[in-house]
Amino acid sequence: MLELKNVSYKIVEQGQERVILDDISCIFDNNCLTAITGHNGSGKSTLTKIVMGIVRPTSGKIFFDGKDITSLSIDKRAKLGINYAFQQPVAFKGITVKDLIDIATGEENTTDKACEILSKVGLCARNYLDRDFDKTLSGGEQKRIELALALAKSGKCFIFDEPEAGIDLWSFEKLNNLFDSTKCNIVVSHQERLLKNADKILVLENGKISKYGDSKQVLKSLGSAYCEKLKEEV
Amino acid sequence: MIELDSITKNLLKQIAGLHKIPDGAVSFRRNGKGEIIRSTAHIEIKKKEDNPGINIYVHSSCQNEACHIPVVVTNDGIFDLVYNDFYIEDGAKVTIVAGCGVHSGSSSGHNGIHTFHIGKNAEVTYIENHLALGEGKGKILNPTTIVNMKEGSTMTMNTTQIGGVDFANRKATANLKENALLTINEKILTASNNIAKTDFKVNLLGQNSRCKIVSRSVARDKSKQVFKSNMIGKNLCFGHVECDGIVLDNANIDSIPRVSARDNQASLSHEASIGKIASEQLVKLMTLGLSEKQAESKIIEGFLK
Repeated sequence: MLELKNVSYKIVEQGQERVILDDISCIFDNNCLTAITGHNGSGKSTLTKIVMGIVRPTSGKIFFDGKDITSLSIDKRAKLGINYAFQQPVAFKGITVKDLIDIATGEENTTDKACEILSKVGLCARNYLDRDFDKTLSGGEQKRIELALALAKSGKCFIFDEPEAGIDLWSFEKLNNLFDSTKCNIVVSHQERLLKNADKILVLENGKISKYGDSKQVLKSLGSAYCEKLKEEV
Repeated sequence: MIELDSITKNLLKQIAGLHKIPDGAVSFRRNGKGEIIRSTAHIEIKKKEDNPGINIYVHSSCQNEACHIPVVVTNDGIFDLVYNDFYIEDGAKVTIVAGCGVHSGSSSGHNGIHTFHIGKNAEVTYIENHLALGEGKGKILNPTTIVNMKEGSTMTMNTTQIGGVDFANRKATANLKENALLTINEKILTASNNIAKTDFKVNLLGQNSRCKIVSRSVARDKSKQVFKSNMIGKNLCFGHVECDGIVLDNANIDSIPRVSARDNQASLSHEASIGKIASEQLVKLMTLGLSEKQAESKIIEGFLK
């Protein structure tokens, strides 16, 4: 279980203080798929980056399974079992897909095992293992491998920042099947189809939680016009 | 069979991946003296009469054979100068594994001047690794490579400076005739106060001659690197130079890729980038569980792979 207590994040831009996240308190449950949504600039990605330790909050605390992790580095949080798939995968020169799978799992994998990991995201694995994880792969391929890496690492909490972006050749259904219902899953998304599949939805507006609860109820209260507008922002 | 001490064995392992003097065509040079010269039916190695060094004759009958010519310097105060000439006959296919390892407590070094005469449609893979170990300062390696490529020949040159070399001046000049293809992959790691200079000059003389140079370098501490290349297109030809550098600590890298068209059918391009390790790369690997130091090492290891 992941808990945020009074988390705020402020930056100074051109001499003016700007509040990105304003006093966020919430709990992300285990055995639950929570979708975070909201308009562009509402603070969705920043919130997940604060959970992973990529961004440090200005104030507030973060607890993971009851342990205060606010001051822990990214890798220490990763070792505790928080996994993260980026919206924009990061390319590397000279590091292969297989290298990254081995780093994610913390051991050298056999070709069969590495193939099994990649096949979960619908890639014909043997063609990819020895390829550098760089811009010679298409955006969709990079994105699917990014998802596979986050899933390959053992963990308790899985954060996916806009997992559907750029994988249009692959189906939503298959993407939905990736989420392990026994874990704490947090998905940032604009897509109604993905929001509908979530157990809970957290809506951010201008850095504040405007709605948080059962997905059906939240979607109903948001209305279809809101969801259509969100989709247009992708 | 000659005796190899542990220092020599370690150098051979690191510069050529060898655990012993290999079978087949070999020239092994230690502390300024040729200790082993062995020819095969297809590769003939002869000691030079006029200069220190060897002539290597690779016959057309040589198809996918390897030739090892490692050099090690393990005594202090030795500055070895060697001239090696390679005569590759038409249609031959050969892999030449060179490389120089220095382990010394004081100044020492090696200047290797290698000249390749590559026949028509011959295929050459040339691997040279340079490494210096030991406490002494002033370990110098100055490899010079001259390549003359006839019609339809190909050469892949992989040159690597693994570490510890205080000063290196790496020069290569190549002349390519019609349909010749040259690929140069250079990888350099410097640290401490090391200085490494590279100066490549490629003349694309023949129609449809092609060259690709990829240089990747990492400079740490207060080390300095200067990469210069000049690719000159004198016909319908294609050339590309790519040089990427990672600069850490207080190191310096200068990257000066130059392309010169002397014919309106020449197609030449270059790209150069120098920078620190991208923070998003470090962050990504840290989300997979590596510490910042481990992530940095992994990125550098991959970059120079």
